Amino acid sequence: MNPLAVADPGGLIQSVDWVAVAPPLVAALAALAVLVADLFLPTGRKRVLGWASAVGLLLALLSMLPLVRGDARSTFCLKAAGGACSYTADHFALAFQLLALGGALIAVLLSLHTVDEERLPGGEYWFLLLSSASGAALLPASRDLATLIIALEVASLPAFALVALRRDGRGAEGALKFFLSSVTATAVMLLGVGFVYAATGSIHLAPIAEGLAHVPGQLKPLAEAGAVLTLVGFAFKVAAVPFHFWLPDTYTAAPIPVAGYLSVVGKAAGLAGLALVTTIAFHPYGHTWGLVLAVLAALTMTVGNVAALRQRGDTPFSAVRLLAWSSVGQAGYLLVPLAAAGYQGSPQPLGATVAYALIYGVVNLGAFGVAAVVARTAGTRLDDHRGLFARGRWSALAMAFFLLCLAGLPPGVIGLFGKVVVFRAAVDAKLGWLAVVMAVNVVIALYYYLLWTARLFAPAPAGAEVRAVRTPGPLAAALALTAGGAVVLSVAPQLVLQVVGGSLF
Amino acid sequence: MNAVLIALLLLPLAGAAATLVPFGADRATADRRALWFGTGVTGATLALAVALAIGFDQDRPAVMQAVTNVRWIPAIDVRLHLGVDGISLPLLVLTALLTFLCALYSTRRLPAGEGVPSVQSFTGLLLLLEVGMLATFAVLDLVLFFVAFEVVLIPMYFLIARWGSGAKVPAANRFILYTLLGSAVMLLGFLLIGFKAGTFDMTRLAAAHGDGLSHTTQVVAALAILLGLAVKAPAWPLHSWLPDAHTAAPTVGSVLLAGVLLKMGTYGLVRVLLPVVPEGAATFAPYLGAFAAVGIVYGSLACLALARQGAKGDLKRLIAYSSVGHMGFVLLGIASLTPAGVNGALFGNIAHGLITGLLFFLVGAVKDRYGTSDLDTLAGATGAALYGRAPRIGALLAFAAVASLGLPGLAGFWGELLAMFGAFDPAAGLSRPAFVTYMVLAGVGTLLTAGYLLVVVRRVCMGDPKQPALVTELPDIKAYEAASWTPLAALTLVAGLWPALLLSLSDPAVKHLLGGG
Repeated sequence: MNPLAVADPGGLIQSVDWVAVAPPLVAALAALAVLVADLFLPTGRKRVLGWASAVGLLLALLSMLPLVRGDARSTFCLKAAGGACSYTADHFALAFQLLALGGALIAVLLSLHTVDEERLPGGEYWFLLLSSASGAALLPASRDLATLIIALEVASLPAFALVALRRDGRGAEGALKFFLSSVTATAVMLLGVGFVYAATGSIHLAPIAEGLAHVPGQLKPLAEAGAVLTLVGFAFKVAAVPFHFWLPDTYTAAPIPVAGYLSVVGKAAGLAGLALVTTIAFHPYGHTWGLVLAVLAALTMTVGNVAALRQRGDTPFSAVRLLAWSSVGQAGYLLVPLAAAGYQGSPQPLGATVAYALIYGVVNLGAFGVAAVVARTAGTRLDDHRGLFARGRWSALAMAFFLLCLAGLPPGVIGLFGKVVVFRAAVDAKLGWLAVVMAVNVVIALYYYLLWTARLFAPAPAGAEVRAVRTPGPLAAALALTAGGAVVLSVAPQLVLQVVGGSLF
Repeated sequence: MNAVLIALLLLPLAGAAATLVPFGADRATADRRALWFGTGVTGATLALAVALAIGFDQDRPAVMQAVTNVRWIPAIDVRLHLGVDGISLPLLVLTALLTFLCALYSTRRLPAGEGVPSVQSFTGLLLLLEVGMLATFAVLDLVLFFVAFEVVLIPMYFLIARWGSGAKVPAANRFILYTLLGSAVMLLGFLLIGFKAGTFDMTRLAAAHGDGLSHTTQVVAALAILLGLAVKAPAWPLHSWLPDAHTAAPTVGSVLLAGVLLKMGTYGLVRVLLPVVPEGAATFAPYLGAFAAVGIVYGSLACLALARQGAKGDLKRLIAYSSVGHMGFVLLGIASLTPAGVNGALFGNIAHGLITGLLFFLVGAVKDRYGTSDLDTLAGATGAALYGRAPRIGALLAFAAVASLGLPGLAGFWGELLAMFGAFDPAAGLSRPAFVTYMVLAGVGTLLTAGYLLVVVRRVCMGDPKQPALVTELPDIKAYEAASWTPLAALTLVAGLWPALLLSLSDPAVKHLLGGG
């Protein structure tokens, strides 16, 4: 066969909108640059790599600036009729890219000293973190199932290695659990994607929606099974109950900054994928997955919060463990607007998820940051936070603020408003029962967050051994950044809540 | 004018933030500076509140004055809407006054000792508490009201848990859990109203007077709001956090808790429940009235039991229970849904703030001197004989007690009278026999109240000065005590002799709210 048998060979070549793809691309290039530079740098100079990663992420964030104004920009489009595109930089994508890249940047600042102190292999660590971040940044912009899955795997495969980098038994065990459950999820998801492709004949999200509406009768079960399997895959990544069991062990096994990174960026990636697949591709099945997601949300928040409530203060790693369970609970809140979108049949409620994810990202990374500070000086138990105010008033105040934001209690105003918009999404979609379940959960969560806050200001236990260590600069900077961000958002919540009103896609 | 109101909120907030900066190298200097700093800031805040009252146009108390109304979060239509009218102005001044007196009192009399945090934190928390209390009375947006309502919780929690005495941590936990559970329910009610009516603005909602809200919405929202505010007020049977919190709290904590925090609940009922969801309020008014009447009788019976000889009654606990009774009158007045009743409730709010504030100061002073507030221990066989041993404190205590029992001519009288008057002739649509029954119960309550307060006066103030006592030296009133108590006693007298001062402010505003016009 003639290799040039294509009717219009020139038509296969298309120009790529490099500005639109810049954010994930810059992060990926930075990852490669760090990996190569690692080969040539002498051992004593490897610290530079960490700063280089921070700069790389900063550049990636800056590359988003040209995209903020103006309409959505798409690239990698089909020439055929309809012209579905594989990559679209719209407001939804930009918001999640901001979360992924910003979260990764804060994670880099948090881990600069960890890499030194725990003797983690520098080059690999930074390379893995940046690769994962670039995957997480690619994901919200992808508009076909193949790109989605590749992006999801780029985001999560390096994360397994990051968890395992700490070379002790726990690290390996946590990473293995994470790896096995995640690979299972991917396999299930691939199967589902295959089914959907077989039933609709497309892998682009918008055409899938059209195809699903007109699936021939005998293919309907296939399409439905495909949709369910795809959702299950994403539910694993978000750690929605009952696919959450890997999470606490993985978080405690990982270095604390990596746990923070996973809790924010990893979740955001899964959530963005879930939102895209459900609201765009599976739009015709809205009521079905709406109900499934509503039940998942209710289960997730309840299990997460009850488990967090049961954490004892005196067991090792209880601080990280509590944050891990609380992040499961928070993922439940994040799912509520998604379920509402299913009921309403429009992506409009998603704005609440985006806003809440951004808020949660800032305060949760901050909380992990303070946990990292305390882990250096006192330990990883909740009880080690007792009397933190007397030892380091600023980190204690920051932690109190983060916890109150997570709880949604003034003065943590921004957390309250985040919950208010989620509530509104539920009420508007006539999901009153879910709003009530959420209210009960918020109250449960208030209890353990407040208990922790009270610990910070309690008198230090007699005979407690505390090493007086100065907080390293980058760690302090990350805390200042997150605390400052949370305060600014509390004073001017409109900065983040504007995504609720605007159009995302 | 609106600049004054904004400054009134920002000044204590800035003060609270300033306490995060170290005040001095050694602890003693820093402590002294922090105390005077707190007094200065609360004093300036009081001056601002007085300026606001002077600038207030008293011919138009029904109109919101010193209004600021700017967009804050357009995404969910929350506005920074501040303003005062005849209902909120007296409460703002009372709050500023009580906080200043507490700060003044604390300069000499702050709990110290093992495990008590630095004075700087105390000042910071007191100022943060003041911000929340003032903001609650100044904001006109439901969401902001909720935020302000919650801001007070954390400082009060720490005041009780860290500066208190006895079983302070469980008491503080109980306080915060009760209030949080209540206010979470209340927030749901607010959100329901806001999302259904399309605005969180209290003045617009009040002007609509329930238009645009279906009957079901109104009933559900009213129930949620009522539950949240009833915990705070506190209405029987949701009051059980209060005695523990008062017993454990330090003196200034008790004064502010009784003097201001309880008023936030009843103020919310008047400001939100009555005008915004009138149908819902009318549905639940008979139940609220019933609970109020039970609360009045229950509170006074509990006090009688505590005042008995051999009951091991704690004086602070006794006054806490008496608060349940007095707030019962306030709630009864509100439940009558009449201008007379609501005016009585608002008057009762202020009167209770003044009188109970004074009582808690006095009991705190007695506790400081004797080291205990256990009535049996204090009284011994014949009575503590304060008249003989510390005549001025004894006289003030007797004065506060008779004011509290509602002696005509003192502040406590008018609120109770008007509340009962309102219950005698409740609003149209409410069952008259039921409310007359409540009124009779309330009347029985006043008798019981008189009974236990006179027992307390007899056991604390009278007695044989020669009998062996706990302490040999019993200093009489000191300068700082006189300074912080005299304004309260004087205002109790003024409000009792010239009730029109307050009623002329609140009456037009109440009619405006109830009439919706």
